[in-house]
Amino acid sequence: MTPKGESLLWIAQRASAAVLAICVTVHLATIIYAVQGGLNAAEILGRTRGNGAWLAFYSIFVLAVAVHAPIGLRSVLMEWLGWRARSRDLVLAAFAVVLAWMGMRAALGVFL
Amino acid sequence: MKKESSYWVFVVHRVSGIALAAFLPLHFWALGCALEGETRLDGVLAWTEQPLVKLGEWAIVIALAAHLGGGLRVLALEFLPWRDWQKGLAAAAAALTAAVGLALALSL
Repeated sequence: MTPKGESLLWIAQRASAAVLAICVTVHLATIIYAVQGGLNAAEILGRTRGNGAWLAFYSIFVLAVAVHAPIGLRSVLMEWLGWRARSRDLVLAAFAVVLAWMGMRAALGVFL
Repeated sequence: MKKESSYWVFVVHRVSGIALAAFLPLHFWALGCALEGETRLDGVLAWTEQPLVKLGEWAIVIALAAHLGGGLRVLALEFLPWRDWQKGLAAAAAALTAAVGLALALSL
């Protein structure tokens, strides 16, 4: 990858991290609140179904994680497994698409 | 000692990130089951009531808190001008992780 490409990935990793810092804080607070008394579908869907604010929040969360996780794994694959070939970036790009697709499906699943 | 703590924060940040990346597809799949109806989602949630699965969920939430703490430390070190209080960021990340782990354990 070109130095410019590497710089863009670095910026994308830090920018997505800043977004995720807020999303994860909200998510952790929601988890600790929601698990009290056990989880059930009615309770989860009662909170999220038809709620545009939660859909917007989870959409941003999913897209940020689809950017952040593959770039993070890129460093791991490079430094711990020595995988530097172009195939690594193609696999990670596919992983980003899978995360975005499955994540948006989940966000819509609890909204619709 | 300082170098050692920085190394362990790095290792925890990395290992928790790998665990979270591996867990995400499963998490998204489970929530996506809601598209097939409330009963289907309840079926998945009933499966997660098993003690070992509960333990796994608790561990992944701790991993999430640890990754958040470690990530905030990285952002503070990279983007804020160096100040003496930043030496305490590794301990702050550990405290955040412990607090979330304890709060979740008390809520389960």
